[in-house]
Amino acid sequence: MRGLLALAAVVLLAPLALANNYHYEIAILVGLNAIVCVGLNLLIGYAGQVSLGHAGFFGIGAYGSAILAARYGWPPLASLAAATAAAALLAWVVGRPILRLRGHYLAMATLGLGIIISIVITTEDRYTGGPDGMSVPPLALAGFALSGERAWYWLVGALLVATVWLSLNLIDSPVGRALRALHGSEVAAEVAGIDSARHKLLAFVLSAAIAGLAGALTAHYAGFITPGKATFLHSIELVVMVVFGGMASTFGAVVGAAVLTALPQLLTVFKEYEMVVFGGVMMLTMIFMPTGLVPTLAMLARRRR
Amino acid sequence: MSLLRAEGLAKEFGGVRAVEGLDFEIREGQVFSVIGPNGAGKTTLLNLLTGIYRPSAGRLWLAGRALAARAPHQFAAAGIGRTFQNLQIFFNMSALENVMAGRHLHERCGLLAALARTPRLARAERDCRRLARELLEFVGLAAYADAPADSLPYGALKRLEIARALAAEPRLLLLDEPAAGLNPSEIRGIDGLIQGLAKRGITVVLVEHNMKLVMGVSDHVLVLDYGRKLAEGAPEAVRGDPRVIEAYLGGAEH
Repeated sequence: MRGLLALAAVVLLAPLALANNYHYEIAILVGLNAIVCVGLNLLIGYAGQVSLGHAGFFGIGAYGSAILAARYGWPPLASLAAATAAAALLAWVVGRPILRLRGHYLAMATLGLGIIISIVITTEDRYTGGPDGMSVPPLALAGFALSGERAWYWLVGALLVATVWLSLNLIDSPVGRALRALHGSEVAAEVAGIDSARHKLLAFVLSAAIAGLAGALTAHYAGFITPGKATFLHSIELVVMVVFGGMASTFGAVVGAAVLTALPQLLTVFKEYEMVVFGGVMMLTMIFMPTGLVPTLAMLARRRR
Repeated sequence: MSLLRAEGLAKEFGGVRAVEGLDFEIREGQVFSVIGPNGAGKTTLLNLLTGIYRPSAGRLWLAGRALAARAPHQFAAAGIGRTFQNLQIFFNMSALENVMAGRHLHERCGLLAALARTPRLARAERDCRRLARELLEFVGLAAYADAPADSLPYGALKRLEIARALAAEPRLLLLDEPAAGLNPSEIRGIDGLIQGLAKRGITVVLVEHNMKLVMGVSDHVLVLDYGRKLAEGAPEAVRGDPRVIEAYLGGAEH
């Protein structure tokens, strides 16, 4: 609870430090990525199943909502819900066979899935605009278009706090313990009566739905999307955020997303070497703090006391 | 009354018969021990009884009904629990959470209730926590309740496995070498623990190499050798059986 209040306080007080629209934009991107990472952490950090294809679900949410709103004239709120549901549905259909695989095979299968989604988005240019991207109508609530950096900041901030709250609840529930148990020992989890296939699928679908929702929000916020956010590289970025922040730590996922989203934006010199920086961060994390930033800091704090 | 009955149970691994044509019957409330030299098929038998392996042949009856379970979690739901010889602890949780995870079958809750943490779930969680603490006390681990599982000593982890298995309230509890790697005083503790289980009315299947422990707590002993039944009966009768002495106890005395 203390952690959640601290996060809410940060969200509430951050605008004091945000001087202009560009700062707000970065904060909004941080929030959207953090939402994806909190969901992905349920799958990777807690259930122990690696996905290298979550940018695909992000892309389905983004393009799904964009296409329904821009090409078919759906109200953006409905297209947002439908696109989120589509990401969840695809995860459910594909997850059933994929999640029978373990370790490297699961990672390879999700990698393939992500690449297929990315290729479809790039080539189906009649709907998606292809590599050039497409413009997306703004999100409207009851006739009022949601526009302006500040309005979006509060929406994304509230959603982030809500996502973290739901995630913390889930982890400390029978469902969350089942997820952690199958990470700890799948055979012992099964023998304790935990249907491991069902729970893996649940974590996969839930994390895909959250990625889809964040994707759809990103599309409506930016007003324009390109296939870049649906690529393999973005999947890797998401995984690096989770691992860097700390696997099996909800706040770790938030901090990981915040640092790795804001850093390349603020230090523009990184822009061209972004992937190099991400690779370096991944290696240094694995070597010096394999449990991730937040769990490592928490451990150091405990030791000093 | 017979709690578990096996008929013609067999398991082959690419032509190697690990368990072959096994018939036996475990009575309710018994401590039923399975002994035999290394490689006799004891752990294979436990894996067959918990659905980790699917039998090549044979059938199982639980409380008079054919056991229809396929996946291990269905065996658990049918009332069969177990511990592992090579520890299978959830090292990513506290000792208490390990036991709480063991109560999964009695703590069904939907995804939405879990996400929103409904008052009903919060109450159920409190009860679950209290029960888990009681079980840790029963196995003598009350002091470790909130410690991360990976900080517990080996002997305590063996007991933690038992507490977690008990949390599911199994009708039949399979213990795979609970005394392996323990010192004599810890083994006496396990001995007392198994007798405590029997008093709680739990039927126990004990796979164990420590003869003193087996002969002390068992009501019935099944001796395996090369996957087949060599002998079975009361501990005294088995101990005096010349075939058993030759195959197993005889070799151990040198």
